[in-house]
Amino acid sequence: MNLPTQYCTFYLAGQHFGVDVLEVQEILRFQEMTRVPLASPAVSGLINLRGQIVTAIDLRRRVGLPDRDEGGRLPTNVVLHSDGGAVSFLVDEIGDVIEVEESAFEPPPDTMPGHLRELVTGVFKLEDHLLLVLDSAAAADLDSRRPVELGA
Amino acid sequence: MSEMDDVISEFLVESYENLDRLDQDLIALEEAPGELQRIASIFRTVHTIKGTCGFLGFERLERLTHSGESLLSLLRDGERALDESAATALLRMVDAVRDVLAHIESTGDEGERDFQDLIAILDAIREGEVIEASVEAVEADPAVQAAPAGPSAADSSTETAGETPSHSVAEGSIRVEVGILDNLMNMVGELVLARNQILQHAGHRADSELDGTVQRLNMITTELQEQVMKTRMQPIGNVWSKIPRMVRDLCLDVDKEVRLVMEGKDTELDKTLLEAIKDPLVHIVRNSVDHGVETREARAAAGKPEVGQLTLRAYHEGGQVNLEISDDGAGVRLDRVRAKAIERGVVTPEEAGRLSDKEVMNLVFMPGFSTAEKVTNVSGRGVGMDVVKTNIEKIGGSIDLSTEVGVGTTIKIKIPLTLAIIPALIVTCQGDSYAIPQVNLLELVRLDTRTHPIETIHEVPVYRLRGNLLPLVALDKELGLVEAGSATRAEVVNIVVLSADDRQFGLVVDEINDTEEIVVKPLGKQLKGISAFAGATIMGDGAVALILDVFGLAQKAHVLGEMRDRKRFGQHGEAEGEEQELVSLLVFRLGDSTRMAVPLETVSRLEEFQRGRIERSGLSEVVQYRDSIMPLLDLGGYFGASAAGGATSEEVQAIVAQHDGRSVGLLVSAIEDIVETALDYKRGPDRRGVLGSVIVQGRVTEILDAASVITDLDPAAAM
Repeated sequence: MNLPTQYCTFYLAGQHFGVDVLEVQEILRFQEMTRVPLASPAVSGLINLRGQIVTAIDLRRRVGLPDRDEGGRLPTNVVLHSDGGAVSFLVDEIGDVIEVEESAFEPPPDTMPGHLRELVTGVFKLEDHLLLVLDSAAAADLDSRRPVELGA
Repeated sequence: MSEMDDVISEFLVESYENLDRLDQDLIALEEAPGELQRIASIFRTVHTIKGTCGFLGFERLERLTHSGESLLSLLRDGERALDESAATALLRMVDAVRDVLAHIESTGDEGERDFQDLIAILDAIREGEVIEASVEAVEADPAVQAAPAGPSAADSSTETAGETPSHSVAEGSIRVEVGILDNLMNMVGELVLARNQILQHAGHRADSELDGTVQRLNMITTELQEQVMKTRMQPIGNVWSKIPRMVRDLCLDVDKEVRLVMEGKDTELDKTLLEAIKDPLVHIVRNSVDHGVETREARAAAGKPEVGQLTLRAYHEGGQVNLEISDDGAGVRLDRVRAKAIERGVVTPEEAGRLSDKEVMNLVFMPGFSTAEKVTNVSGRGVGMDVVKTNIEKIGGSIDLSTEVGVGTTIKIKIPLTLAIIPALIVTCQGDSYAIPQVNLLELVRLDTRTHPIETIHEVPVYRLRGNLLPLVALDKELGLVEAGSATRAEVVNIVVLSADDRQFGLVVDEINDTEEIVVKPLGKQLKGISAFAGATIMGDGAVALILDVFGLAQKAHVLGEMRDRKRFGQHGEAEGEEQELVSLLVFRLGDSTRMAVPLETVSRLEEFQRGRIERSGLSEVVQYRDSIMPLLDLGGYFGASAAGGATSEEVQAIVAQHDGRSVGLLVSAIEDIVETALDYKRGPDRRGVLGSVIVQGRVTEILDAASVITDLDPAAAM
């Protein structure tokens, strides 16, 4: 498997996540946004990114974590390129760009809850903690929550 | 004449470009003779020039390019390799074509030179003869080669024409990718926003120097916006230019004579829209010539001029482009449309009977529909008008067909000027701004509920707008921003009256703000599934506002019912009085208060049975009726209407209807009346078994959907 070696990392409820650094377009501090009625609860709203309208997805909700505390720190936007235009993930805190060894990679453990396993492609065993690799395309795809593929 | 000039100058621009590429291609090909793709491309270029020459009547140029083309086709098929002699000859042909084009550009005709020598060389090379000799000749003095060939006078005129004004046409315009224009448009949109913000700031300071600069910025921005918009606009004539030829060919095919009249070909509209109407237009014109206009004999017999007329008309109206395609043909016969619709299973016979003329007309736009008696080469395959309609609606347009038997048919298409920037009404709902495209907007109503309380039917709010019942849809409830059952709001209600597909409804919003020109931006794929929104836009303060999709919203609120579902096509009536057909209705009562009616044509008899005659068979109540067993269905029970008085009486009232060839008795509490009235639905169905509500004798009366009730209640019918 040909894995990217550099990950842009961020934190959700204390858990360390990472996406391929090449997918990241920019990091933005919290932006005012327009709520979208009738949309999936994971959609926080729309932001105006220099004239481009970008959907902001609350990543905590998307991966099934509890909501942030009211009045706590405002989330940060991680804006990614995606095939349907840019999309923004709201995360608790942005981390470093981390370089990893392919040998430290492992597929997600089978005991991981199904909905999370759809979104996490694997785990890097770092020295003192674990880095979950987020499948950004799957996380940005709210329309179809396909059942987990059972395969080899 | 000027028309021809346009065509020619377009031909010139295109050909110059093609020739430049041809030079490069030929030279590259000499280096790598095996590149088939390149040969094919050269062949196509020459072929195009030849074809256009033939069309424009430049015979000499056509002959020359024809020889070149023949040689190229050998090369393309691999029967001959491109060697130096062939390449040289072809390059000379390119030069000669360029000369002729220059001549055409300056004088309007192709000149006297006929290029016999060059043609001879091309032909000779093609036939594989005397190649060496001709190469010698060509190479001997290529510069003066042309001179002895043609008359010297013509030659010199070509020479002078070729020098000075030569590429004026080509230099006057350049081809730009539409993508670049789109980007430009986006950036101008951004600039407009930045300008708006600066305007706001400048307003707070007393700085005359800044004010002056801001004013200038303001002006330039507005002008820039207009100009950039203009780059995307093209005259509709660009699309029409192919129609005359098409009509001519069609006429030959079907042996008719049609005169084509085109009005308003300078009408401009956005490039993307122009592309989108191209195919529908071709389709409609085909239909008109093939089905609309009659044969010469039929026309003569009908006392019309033998030559039919097809008129294309385009004009601006109310920020939209109107496009009319009318013929003076036989018109569409509604009875045939009805019959065909039934035959094709588009509607059932009962439904067809209920449809108004206008609705029958609309059947033409249903999938799989074609009234052509026979399938011809040209049309009548049953694919078509539905696709036309979908394509037009995709770009926010509408299509309408009107016809008169023996006089002709007119198809009217309305399309927005541009998709990029539209006028919209900004409304507020629960603190958020929403934009409503002005195309859907009919009027605004401000209602004081203290003097005009909102009425309800089955808890559905309605408003009497000049005598017509207007269903009301609360935007906040529809968007799920407040609880569905929550109390109706304040003393003053703002109603935005909207139209969606000929249906009207009132959208209740918190506040009505200004109208604005908004830049439409697409929504991300995560939100594509929400039918209530058509896109988003950026407001003056930089905030994002959602654009409401009025059609989607109406469907979501069930204002349109199942309109798009063809099986229920008959449910929506037309509000226009003159086209209403009168229908006989049997009005009956269920329980004590429920008043319903059923079209008399679905009733075969009215019967009264002694309660004692009712027997049970299996799960259902039946009665012996005319030597067979007829099931009795309890309508009151179905609709939940309590029959307080009915239970005690000795006789029961039944409406006997036919279903699948069997008789079925529908038990009602009382038969009230038979009335003749227009089936003018004031409301769509809001529960199963009902087609909608009409006002009969001043009272709201629901129309029974007998077929679906019988299917629901009768176990035998469901099998």
